[in-house]
Amino acid sequence: MSSTTTHRPRTRRSPMAAPRSFVWTRRVFLTLLTGFVLLPVYVMVSSSLKPLEDVSGEFRWIPNGLTIRPYFDIWETVPLAKYFVNSLIVAGAATLCSVVIAVFAAYAVSRYRFRGRRLFTVSVLSTQMFPGILFLLPLFLIFVNIGNTTGVALFGSRGGLILTYLTFSLPFSIWMLIGYFDSVPRELDEAALVDGCGPVKALFRVVVPAAVPGIVAVAVYAFMTAWGEVLFASVMTNDTTRTLAVGLQGYSTQNDVYWNQIMAASLVVSVPVVAGFLLLQRYLVTGLTAGAVK
Amino acid sequence: MNTTADSEVRERAVRKDTPGAARGPRRPGRLRRSALPYILLLPALLLELLIHLVPIALGIAMSFKELTQFHLRDWGSAPWSGLDNFEVAVDFDAPVGQALLTSFFTTCLFTVLSVGLCWLLGTAAAVCMQESFKGRGVLRALFLVPYALPVYAAVITWAFMFQRDNGLINHVLHDQLGLTDSPSFWLIGDNSFWALLIVSVWKGWPFAFLIVMAGLQNIPKELYEAAALDGAGVWQQIRRITLPSLRSVNQVLVLVLFLWTFNDFNTPFVLFGKAAPEAANLISIHIYQSSFATWNFGTGSAMSVLLLAFLLLVTAVHLVATSRGRKVSDV
Repeated sequence: MSSTTTHRPRTRRSPMAAPRSFVWTRRVFLTLLTGFVLLPVYVMVSSSLKPLEDVSGEFRWIPNGLTIRPYFDIWETVPLAKYFVNSLIVAGAATLCSVVIAVFAAYAVSRYRFRGRRLFTVSVLSTQMFPGILFLLPLFLIFVNIGNTTGVALFGSRGGLILTYLTFSLPFSIWMLIGYFDSVPRELDEAALVDGCGPVKALFRVVVPAAVPGIVAVAVYAFMTAWGEVLFASVMTNDTTRTLAVGLQGYSTQNDVYWNQIMAASLVVSVPVVAGFLLLQRYLVTGLTAGAVK
Repeated sequence: MNTTADSEVRERAVRKDTPGAARGPRRPGRLRRSALPYILLLPALLLELLIHLVPIALGIAMSFKELTQFHLRDWGSAPWSGLDNFEVAVDFDAPVGQALLTSFFTTCLFTVLSVGLCWLLGTAAAVCMQESFKGRGVLRALFLVPYALPVYAAVITWAFMFQRDNGLINHVLHDQLGLTDSPSFWLIGDNSFWALLIVSVWKGWPFAFLIVMAGLQNIPKELYEAAALDGAGVWQQIRRITLPSLRSVNQVLVLVLFLWTFNDFNTPFVLFGKAAPEAANLISIHIYQSSFATWNFGTGSAMSVLLLAFLLLVTAVHLVATSRGRKVSDV
């Protein structure tokens, strides 16, 4: 445990030169794997640039003609911009709240010994095994009842979806941050406490800045969870609050399936998450190294 | 173990040193400090209660009620039906129970294959990329793309590739390689199981890769150096050092992958739509379908409770087995 520090040189395998058999196996395996990973990405990009008659006919590796029409049409066929904004609001708010709440909870577990501490961590983690389908309907009924009795509209609103999604990412976020906070030397916040900081101030002045990679990793995870969820989005939203996960189904009508537009829209909705993820993936690996994997 | 003792000692030291009273004039320092962890936990606790625990309890209660569409508006007053729902769900001679059993076995097979392949690909790739080589950073980012892509965007692309008439898979297998006599259906019929498996592995293996990669960074490189000095080759190093060192990481990883895959709803839902073909009728989809198609939420809840019980059992067995294994290996 003590060997876990935030930044440490990457482990290298032996200085001994790898034998040819290993080098070749590795080369072939990694090439095949790259092909497997990239295949759908290639299909997505190339098909999004084809006219409708080309994607409706036999598949072609090399497009006959290229067009950027689908990228204009996607906004007309379904109100994609509205879904996009909804998804941004829901995922953004869920991420922000989830990170703040997880930071508080993880700080409490990491720095204090209190009654029920173990019960809390175990029960939070065990929610991971609950099948979503088991609490979909009860949650739906609870939201409707809260709406009826207090007038707070949770069902069909963005608020309800935000609450749901932020809770989905909480357990893993708390778990990961506990590990991360544990790796931040206690002497740091003890020093701050001695200097007269309150515990909360010590958290934000000392522990949080030292745990930035872990927090970024948690934020990325929370955002991706909210951005990609389908089951609850399809039951708990209505026309005005629909998110991308459900909205994308609008490109197949009874007569036509606009595959080129579906691919273009898929690409457009993927770009923000994939770009953000790839920029921050370094933090995710560091965060996991210190937090989850020990 | 050491760490806990350590931190408790430190904890006491903190308490002694903290001039907490100076910062909080209204409340005595001791009270504030002992209440503080609970205050910090409160938001998380409330949310877990509202979104997870209360609905679960309610779901379990619902499984003992006769909850058809007649009672749905006022579900609280629906009559209790004892174990009726469960009896319907596990009556394997009747169509409902039979369908549940089939779906359960399909899901088991699917999960074992998917988790196995995800783990294998993830571990193999992580081990291959342990040593630095040109382009490793790019390749690593690339391998994480399936994990980063939103589920619906990725799975809908696979659905397009699996189309019978205009998809890539049939174009390659039938038109280019001539392996099949006629273009096959991938999203209906028996092939759908394999289609679902491929998509699931494609989407799931990068997570295993990520975790194993993180786990590899905690293996001290002195181990490899010592092994190399002793004349161990790369393959032996992988077998003798890398894999055993990953043991505890793997135990958590496999459990998490298992739970996620077994409960997976998003992938089959986007790939097949609301009604999955029988060969790929995973349990989540099956329960969703049998609850919403027949509006019999009582039976649906009973099925979900059975699913939860099964997952609890597997998790418990896994935890007992792995903790016992750990003790033996530690001694």
